[in-house]
Amino acid sequence: MNTSLINYTLHLADNALILGHRNSEWCGHGPALEQDIAISNIALDGIGQARNLYQYAAVLSNNGATEDSLAYLRDVIDFKNLLITELPNGDWAQTTLRQFLFSAYQFYFYQQLEKSADQQLAAIATKSLKEVTYHLRWSSEWVIRLGDGTAESHDKMVKAIAEIWNYTGELFLPASYEKELAASGIAVDLAVIQPLWEQKVSAVFAEATIAIPEKSFAQKGGKEGIHTEHLGYILAEMQFLQRAYPGAEW
Amino acid sequence: MTVLSNHTTETEKKIWLLLETVTDPEVPVLSVLDLGIIRNVSVEPSGENNVKPVITITPTYSGCPAMDVISINIRMVLLQAGFKDIEIKQVLSPAWTTEWMSTEGKNKLKAYGIAPPQYKQAVCTPDAFQEEEAIQCPQCNSWHTTLISQFGSTACKALYRCEDCKEPFDYFKCH
Repeated sequence: MNTSLINYTLHLADNALILGHRNSEWCGHGPALEQDIAISNIALDGIGQARNLYQYAAVLSNNGATEDSLAYLRDVIDFKNLLITELPNGDWAQTTLRQFLFSAYQFYFYQQLEKSADQQLAAIATKSLKEVTYHLRWSSEWVIRLGDGTAESHDKMVKAIAEIWNYTGELFLPASYEKELAASGIAVDLAVIQPLWEQKVSAVFAEATIAIPEKSFAQKGGKEGIHTEHLGYILAEMQFLQRAYPGAEW
Repeated sequence: MTVLSNHTTETEKKIWLLLETVTDPEVPVLSVLDLGIIRNVSVEPSGENNVKPVITITPTYSGCPAMDVISINIRMVLLQAGFKDIEIKQVLSPAWTTEWMSTEGKNKLKAYGIAPPQYKQAVCTPDAFQEEEAIQCPQCNSWHTTLISQFGSTACKALYRCEDCKEPFDYFKCH
């Protein structure tokens, strides 16, 4: 039970950290100053949510682990983030589309997690939900603006969907630790949020004049530590300092 | 018993007054009390004839980098006042809301050039392109303003432009 709760908390923390790290790569490179600031703020919210979750995972582990050791000293196979969060940013269409698909997921997910039997996870969910509401609004607007924009922006959004869609199936495939915790009212039942997510995505895609792809093969494995080649490169950059100078603080 | 509780209350009162001097490093006109992030102050016995202040704070945003600095500054102010043993606890629930900001804090924000949060949250849904609530320009008081971005210079602010005086300004957004 405790191992499952640690794994589940790490899964949520890793989602927030890895996507937060990806979004932070835009800092200083955004297409306009205001949007550079927006994506950097979204990155900061994600990393803040990750900190709350890692701190809780460290308490549960009760083995000397800290939020820093969990973020900086675990290897690829230990990370449990969804594959969609580790995909490269691509262009602005791909970045905003990924954010939309993930924020819509997080929005309904946290709405359920607020009711978790685990009080700390519920508190983190309530706190995070306020932030995710802004992310979902911002990213929906970008999907619509680009999809229903010029011929060129429309094409870029269509290309982005082709690139990312196969990674959305994993959002609703529960890992073993999730199934166990859902039965005891701690974890979110993914079957409950799937229709809500699909409804939201359909509505925004319709406004963006883009089609939802036919059902397709779902890439999976992230939740159990099986990742794409991209995660290793993220960790190499993110963990370099702690690996080269163990215990360095500032 | 009565003496002890009186003593505790007086110490607590003193701590609240000290906290009034700790400000937000990113919005230095606001004290931590104006912000509404101090959730509780209590005093516990510590060793012989000593007391330990226990301050409970809650973050504004999950990733707000000011929180660590605020904790350090609270500790500094209490150390300077002679307290040796100090505990600062962070709680996430209930989640902070701009509705906890004091009226005085809102007035200070406006005088500083930042539009204060609305008294009651009007728009806080994820729907795209919704009609924005009217925000008053803190410079010229015009209501003729336009949202530039929901994300501003810090996590807690949105960016607006006044269509009358043409100045951009920060809005401490509803949360």
